[in-house]
This record gives sequence, C-alpha cells and structure tokens, in this order.
Amino acid sequence: MKNNKVIQVEGLTKIFGDFAAVNAITFEVNKGEIFGFLGANGAGKTTAMKMLIGISTPTSGKANVAGFDVHKHAEDIKKNIGYMSQKFALYDDLTVKENITFFGGIYGLSRKRIKEKSAVLIEELGLEKVANKLVGALPLGWKQKLSFSVALLHEPKIVFLDEPTGGVDPITRRQFWEMIYKAASEGTTVFVTTHYMDEAEYCDRVSIMVNGKIEALDTPKRLKEKFKVDHMNDVFLKLARG
Amino acid sequence: MKRFIGFIKKEFYHIFRDRRSLFILFGMPIAQIMLFGFAITNEINNVDIAVLDHSKDATTKEIINKISASKYFSINQFIDKESDIETIFKKGKVKAVLNFEKDFSKNLIKDHNAKIQIVTDATDPNTANTISNYVNAILIQYQKELNKNITISYQIVPRTRMVYNPELKSVYMFVPGVMTIILMLVSAMMTSISITREKELGTMEILLVSPIKPIQVIVGKVFPYIFLSIINAIVIVLLSIFIFKMPVQGSLFLLGMESVLFIITALALGILISTISATQQTAMMISLIGLMLPVILLSGFIFPISSMPLPLQMISNIIPAKWFIIIIKGIMLKGVGMQFIWKETLILLGMTIFFIGLSVKKYKIRLE
Repeated sequence: MKNNKVIQVEGLTKIFGDFAAVNAITFEVNKGEIFGFLGANGAGKTTAMKMLIGISTPTSGKANVAGFDVHKHAEDIKKNIGYMSQKFALYDDLTVKENITFFGGIYGLSRKRIKEKSAVLIEELGLEKVANKLVGALPLGWKQKLSFSVALLHEPKIVFLDEPTGGVDPITRRQFWEMIYKAASEGTTVFVTTHYMDEAEYCDRVSIMVNGKIEALDTPKRLKEKFKVDHMNDVFLKLARG
Repeated sequence: MKRFIGFIKKEFYHIFRDRRSLFILFGMPIAQIMLFGFAITNEINNVDIAVLDHSKDATTKEIINKISASKYFSINQFIDKESDIETIFKKGKVKAVLNFEKDFSKNLIKDHNAKIQIVTDATDPNTANTISNYVNAILIQYQKELNKNITISYQIVPRTRMVYNPELKSVYMFVPGVMTIILMLVSAMMTSISITREKELGTMEILLVSPIKPIQVIVGKVFPYIFLSIINAIVIVLLSIFIFKMPVQGSLFLLGMESVLFIITALALGILISTISATQQTAMMISLIGLMLPVILLSGFIFPISSMPLPLQMISNIIPAKWFIIIIKGIMLKGVGMQFIWKETLILLGMTIFFIGLSVKKYKIRLE
C-alpha cells in the first residue's frame, strides 16, 4: 500500500482554543497526482497544509508525507517537499540568479548543481535577458513562474502550492498550469489549493473542505455526476451552502 | 555551514542594496557624533551680554573690561535704564545683563561693599546658570586681585579640580552616549526590521518550510549586524580620538569586548521585538519609542540619573544602556579595568541571557 501513496492523512485535527480549524480529515494522495485542495476562505485548508509541510503541529491524528511522519520527522519532510506561497515569495532586491542560488543553497544543493540547474531553469523560462536583473522589476506572472521553478529546484517528491495563481491574468494562469502538468508528468506530486473552480477541473482529484471537514473527494468528473451539475463551481456552491 | 554562508551573503545584498539601511548604518553614526560633538554643547562661548552701568567709574570700567576680555562673553551693548532690560531680553540676542549700582566705586571704598546685579534670561535654564557661574567666577577673581595686599586672618579657599575631563568638554559626555544610541539603533532596530520584513514578504514562511533551521535563520539575520555594529563602534571611537581629541584611558580590548556584549544585548532585544511585531512599521515604532527614548532620557546620557525622581531611577535600572554607559565612561575617561566594572558587566550579561531566552521562547510559540 505504501509506495504509491505519498501523502496519507488519517483523522488529522488542529484545534485553536475551542475551535477546530481542521476537524479529523482523512485522505490519501497518489504519487504523480495533481491533487486539488479546495475550500472557501477560512475552511481550514491553509491550516491543514501547514501541518503537512511541517510548520504547524497537529493537535491529533496521523499524517505521513513523502514517507515521513509529521509528528516525528518534520525535518525530513522539509527536505523532500517544495513549497510556493500565495505571495510568490522571492527576494525583490536579489537578481533572478541570486534568488535561484540562494534557495538552491538553503536546500543544500552543491554549487555545481545550482549552476547547472539555474542555467536550465533560466533557459526554460526564457529569462536569459533578465537573469541579472532584480526580481522586483519582473512582472507578476514571471515571478510566479520563477517562484514555482525555485520550489522545484531540489527535485522534491511533492510540491505544495498555496493559491499559486492569485492575481495573475488568465493566459499566464494557463501557462502556469502547463508547468504544473509538466512537473506531474515527471513524477512530482502536486498538492494545490485554489479557489478558482475552473482550475479544479485541471486536477486529477479534488477534495472540498467545508468548516474544517472534507465534504467531498473524487475526480472532478465523478463529483459533477454525483451532484448532477455541469461545472465544479456548482458542486462547490452546493457543498458550501450545505 | 554552506547554507549559512549563503544566507549571510543574501543578508549583505539586502543591506547594501537598500539606501535607507545604508544611511542608517553608516551615515547616521557619523552625522550624530558630529552633531553632538560640534553643535550641541553645554559650554558657553561669546555669549552676548548687556551692561547697565549707573556709576560709570574706574572700578566698573575695570570689571567690564575683565568680562569682555574673557572668551565666554562679549559686550553687546550698553543700556541706560532698568526698563530696557526686558526689551533687550525680548529681542532675544542678549542672554544676560550686568547691573552696577550707583556710586559703585565709592561704596566699595567707603562701605567695603558694592552691589552688582546679574540678570539672566532663564528661558534656557542651563545656559542661564552657567552664565551666572562664570560671571561670579570672574568677579571673585577680580576681588582677589583687589585684596592682594591685605591678609585676612581666616580664609577658606576652595581649589576645585575637575578630574577625568579637566576642560569640561561636552563631547566627552556625548561620545559614550552617542555610541550607545548608535549601537542600540543599528543592532536592535535594524535586525527587528530585517526579520519582520521577511515575515511581511512571506519569505519567512518559505524559509521555515525549507530544511534550514529557525535558529540558523535568526543567527544568519543577526550576524551581519554584529559585524556592522562593530565597525560602527570602531568608527565612533576613531572619530572621538582623532577629531575630538578624546582620550581612551583604559584598555581598547576591554572596550571592544564590552561593546560586543552590548551589541548582543541590543540584537537580542531586536529579535524579541521582531517576534512581537508583524510589520516593519510596528517593529520600527517599537524600537524607536521602546528603545531609543529610554536610551536618550533614562540612561543617564543627558540627564543625570541621581537627580531623577525615585520611580524613574528605579526604571533606569532595567535599561541596558544605563549600564553600558557607566562601563564605557569608566573605560574611556577613567581608564578603569574589569575590577571596577564587573558588576555592570554582569548585569548586562544577565539581561542579554534573559532577552535571548525570552525571544527563543516567543519565537517557538509563534511557530505553533
């Protein structure tokens, strides 16, 4: 059962005071899958994700990420995952190359490896002309793509994307999803939160969180059949309104 | 280790590419020391005074000459009547008026007693006080000359000697204070801003998700500022030695070590501030109000602690700057060694450990 499941979560719970932000969620994610993690703002998806990436300790429940237990081996998890936040956080006052070198460095890549990787990455993204320009001067869409590539720099088993397409135009979003597909086809598991329902359609499977609980989990196609609607948007609305 | 070096390199990029931090780091120390050294001074020089002489005789003339010959005063004008005194003060230029009574010479010879009134503009009390002291000193000197040939049977003659700063140069007092302010500002404010900046930009989150350890992040952020603060301390000491001719009587090595200790205290405070503030703005406000004001007002830098009301004196004890100022004044002016400042050093060390402990605890809570 193990090898094919890169994320296994069972009864994962996070309680703040007397409020259960995440209430006993259970799910699994397969290797190489694009897993959509959906929910309205405040539904608990960010809290759940924080527990999976090792920066928040679960109150109870089990979770195994990339083969490591979140309670005991959070540090090992960190080496095996990539993370991109909704802020596309790169350093604006560092150049493209310096950003790549820095993030490669903190993941422990050798200097030689960083050099090779950054050359490939810059070429793939078509950033040759701006490689030595400050990131602050780049358009948002470029930052987003660069940020994603940086998250993949150390070839993680799983990449976590927290609302990666907020604020970018539809064309760039489309291109971004092509990058996600490419990463998935190379064997990287993609765990993505979003509130764009058209993006939910691109995922292999989606889960929908409402008030700290996972209310639905299946392929977009089957979810639409189950709720007898044409769009993921309607599935979401039906669930969210209870 | 390699991760750590990469991290520090990045910090230096941040610092050197931001004009604002560069200015605070290098412009401000020099500007402050120059300002305090040259412009802000407690000494008086060429103060304009006016004379209201009702007798206009030989003695008053002699006294007036003595006063105008000193480098402290210059006679701005002579006035004729009492009512002019107020008018002249209102104009603002003249800071004191000497009012000689009628028949000054005659009274002096006949009654052995002549009166002179010193009226000072006390809108600035410190200056007024200094002026009146200086005029008194000149008058006493003159009186001594008059009595040269007379022996008085009983006489107490105080001989004052000002040790450690015989010329009473204000800069001797300002250098330790400015050094304290600068080290506090650079270390605490700059680190707290630089850490909160990562929080604001969201890069802190990325760093926390990466394999780099939180402690490495904090040490990496703080390290460049230790280095830059030490450079600042050296620049300030060099400026004070070569430009203001202020001697460093004690051991330079001890001075260096104590400065490093204070820098670490300030950095610990900076980290603590960054754990309680979410934005750079908050961090800056807390640093300025919570650290700078106490350093300036309650550390004994400008206002002597012994003349503060008791509650403030008690508060001053928890301000690290107070102890550091005692230490560096001791080393720079008195040339004392560790045997005289071990107590202050120990207090500073204790505070540092406390702040580090507290920020580690806060940092952990925040991560939850």
